[in-house]
Amino acid sequence: MGNPEIRRLRITFAKQGALRYSGHLDLHRVLVRTIRRAKLRLVYSQGFHPQPKIQLAAALPLGFASRAEIMDIWLTDAARDDHQKMAQQLQDAAPPGLTILDIREVDPRGPTLQTQVAAAEYEVTLLDAPDASDLDQRLAAVMDAESLPRERRGKAYDLRPLIYALHLLEPGDDGHPLLFMRLSARGGATGRPEEILSEMKISFENTHIERTRLIFEDISVE
Amino acid sequence: MLTPEQIETRLERVLLTVQKPGRYVGGEYNAITKDWDKTETKVALVFPDIYDLGVSNMGLKILYDQINQRPDALAERAYLPWTDMEAVMRGHGIPLYALESKHALADFDIVGFTLPYETLYTNTLNALDLAGIPLRSTERGEGHPLIIAGGHAAMNPEPMHAFIDAFVIGEGEDVIHEIIETVQKCGMSLQAAASRSDILRALAKIPGVYVPSLYEVTYHDDDTVAQITPRVPEAPEQIVKRIVGKLPPPPTRFIVPNIKIVHDRAPVEVMRGCTRGCRFCHAGMTTRPVRERSVEEILAAAEAAIDATGFEELALLSLSSSDYTHIVELVDAVSKRFLDRKLSVSLPSLRIESVSVDLMESLKKRRTSGFTLAPEAATERMRRIINKFITDEQLLETARQIYSRGWTTIKLYFMIGHPSETLDDVRAIAALCNRVLDEGRKVIGRKAKVHAGVGTFVPKPHTPFQWVACDTEEQIEAKQELLRRNLRNRNIKLSWTDSRDTMIEAFLTRGDRRMAEVIYSAWRKGAKFDAWGDQRRYEVWTEALADNGLDPDFYTHRPRRADEVFPWEHISTAVSKKFLFQDFRMSLEGEIRVDCREQCYACGILPTFAGMRRENPGEGWKCPEVKEKKRVASHG
Repeated sequence: MGNPEIRRLRITFAKQGALRYSGHLDLHRVLVRTIRRAKLRLVYSQGFHPQPKIQLAAALPLGFASRAEIMDIWLTDAARDDHQKMAQQLQDAAPPGLTILDIREVDPRGPTLQTQVAAAEYEVTLLDAPDASDLDQRLAAVMDAESLPRERRGKAYDLRPLIYALHLLEPGDDGHPLLFMRLSARGGATGRPEEILSEMKISFENTHIERTRLIFEDISVE
Repeated sequence: MLTPEQIETRLERVLLTVQKPGRYVGGEYNAITKDWDKTETKVALVFPDIYDLGVSNMGLKILYDQINQRPDALAERAYLPWTDMEAVMRGHGIPLYALESKHALADFDIVGFTLPYETLYTNTLNALDLAGIPLRSTERGEGHPLIIAGGHAAMNPEPMHAFIDAFVIGEGEDVIHEIIETVQKCGMSLQAAASRSDILRALAKIPGVYVPSLYEVTYHDDDTVAQITPRVPEAPEQIVKRIVGKLPPPPTRFIVPNIKIVHDRAPVEVMRGCTRGCRFCHAGMTTRPVRERSVEEILAAAEAAIDATGFEELALLSLSSSDYTHIVELVDAVSKRFLDRKLSVSLPSLRIESVSVDLMESLKKRRTSGFTLAPEAATERMRRIINKFITDEQLLETARQIYSRGWTTIKLYFMIGHPSETLDDVRAIAALCNRVLDEGRKVIGRKAKVHAGVGTFVPKPHTPFQWVACDTEEQIEAKQELLRRNLRNRNIKLSWTDSRDTMIEAFLTRGDRRMAEVIYSAWRKGAKFDAWGDQRRYEVWTEALADNGLDPDFYTHRPRRADEVFPWEHISTAVSKKFLFQDFRMSLEGEIRVDCREQCYACGILPTFAGMRRENPGEGWKCPEVKEKKRVASHG
């Protein structure tokens, strides 16, 4: 780009409530409109179909909540540098369920946001959980497996190496068991929570899944 | 009835099993959720089709805005669930609920349906059933919400008379407040006070409100209507449609959906009504008089709406954009003010003339979407009959302009089945499409394309063609076949309306009270989503008609006698029957009536609304000015 007036901002936000039922493309539109209402001037591509320059770190499946979504937006408005004020403007323009958590400036020439994501963490509330010992067994079966061969869109792959961590957390306020997952989220090697649930024979509809963290390449996975 | 919390808990468990769950959760930006317990009157506004279509309905946007401005009332929205969600709701005992607070519809004081077209009737019954509200007005008592309806199809309310407590005839902006106040005065609440019939009688006194249960209809031996008689003194013999003298400030804080919908944009109503007088056009006849907003008001509303929504598209709505007095000035101002803000502007219903191409050009419209023109008929004879007169040369010249200024596709809208249409008139449609394409070929060669959209004419109540017969299925299909044969060209795309859709619309739109039982039977047999080609079940309707001993041809294919009492005789759009009949007779002679801005044809609007015209002098109305009544000077 090289244009000194263009700035790239990295925004962390939560997606909860009714907004959970908006898919990835819908969320994209919701975010663009929120930014437009906040009167921040997005950079648009040239041509007959000008597209706003905005990148989402990792698609969040329909129905998932998140308290750690990340997007990069490119703005032409060089005058605004008060991140707190900008966060407030965005929050005021946001629909219910969208919460702005953090804004920071990043190098406009840095790599595409999607390519920087290495892993993601999830908390899964099990609404109709099997009893405790059964659940432990199912967890162990997944973790002890050497490989978990599966198929996605006709392509065979091994789910097991995509699982970095899988264990129970202290139950939440509602008493339902809470499952922690840390899964690979690299391009072409993404572990999906619903696939692990399927390995554990737990139906996805009877869970509540929240993404709690996106881990970038430059952060070592503990 | 389930509490909102119970409904939400059940929803949580089922939403991920249905398509597009975002339809069923609300939570949109600009949705208004008021304090339920602290608000006196609760109104649910229902569009009886899915969310994706309903959110953009202009009438409900206006009412939502009007009602929620009142501190003593709230309005929430409900739409019909798609078939997958309906099955889930019935399976889990989830009643139809409003999106804002998740209260069941039965918890509201008033449930208002918009009925813009007839194919929403079975869905309306389905909505009541899903809400656990008795379908028939007579089965509802204290504790049930008042069921009201309005919209274009409600101008012949009789087919739905058994299911709706009160209809609003005409524009709702003022009436809705009078209905709310009447309900409040009668002390109607779910705890009940006044009896339901007292409320209905009080409602009947509001001008423009029609309470069908207060009228008696008798029939002649030949099944036509003999008389429509009010049964109580509160019910007027004629229910005259309501209008507003001046269009109120347009709503701007539109719901911004969290999922993709049809018409995902900010609409601003530029004007209401149309002066063209096309004889087939229900809207053109029933939304008179023309009232325009000023350029400043439209610009301010557009600005406010874009700021409040972030929408990428602005739609300037009217029945005929080209006829807006200051259209060039408006388009100029809009393009200056908004085009650098990544906003596209749509301008529907442009006249067939080169100025229209200039207008579209100044809006920098993408050339990919095609340029739409609606000649409606292809021969001079036919155009005289329908009173939409243009010459072929005008059309071809406009087409040349369009192709030469960068568009490759022209969409042409026609109708078949106009009164006295012959196969030659239909062949002429195909010939004209080919001639338009030839113009394109001359300018841009093989890239030129034509899309011909050919609808089928259905005679509508309150129009000059309310006396004529609709084509039969066989006639329609023969004409469509003729078009297909004559439009075999890879650069011409032809689309048409399924003749069965036309038949359903045709017997419902001019139906009488007996049609209510047909609608009920059809719904019981599973008819719903009749506006959806893949859901509509024609055989169910045929059976329902037969079960009730009614002959569809009586409603659809029968020319009406000049002196026939119509089922909608007691509903007045203020355009007189005399005027309509005269216009019908003129059509038989091929006589045209030019734009009524040039010459008033005394359609009846002005005598009915003379006071309003006097209060709104000047160019806002397109009817002639009404002189001040001569006043006797009271002071020396």
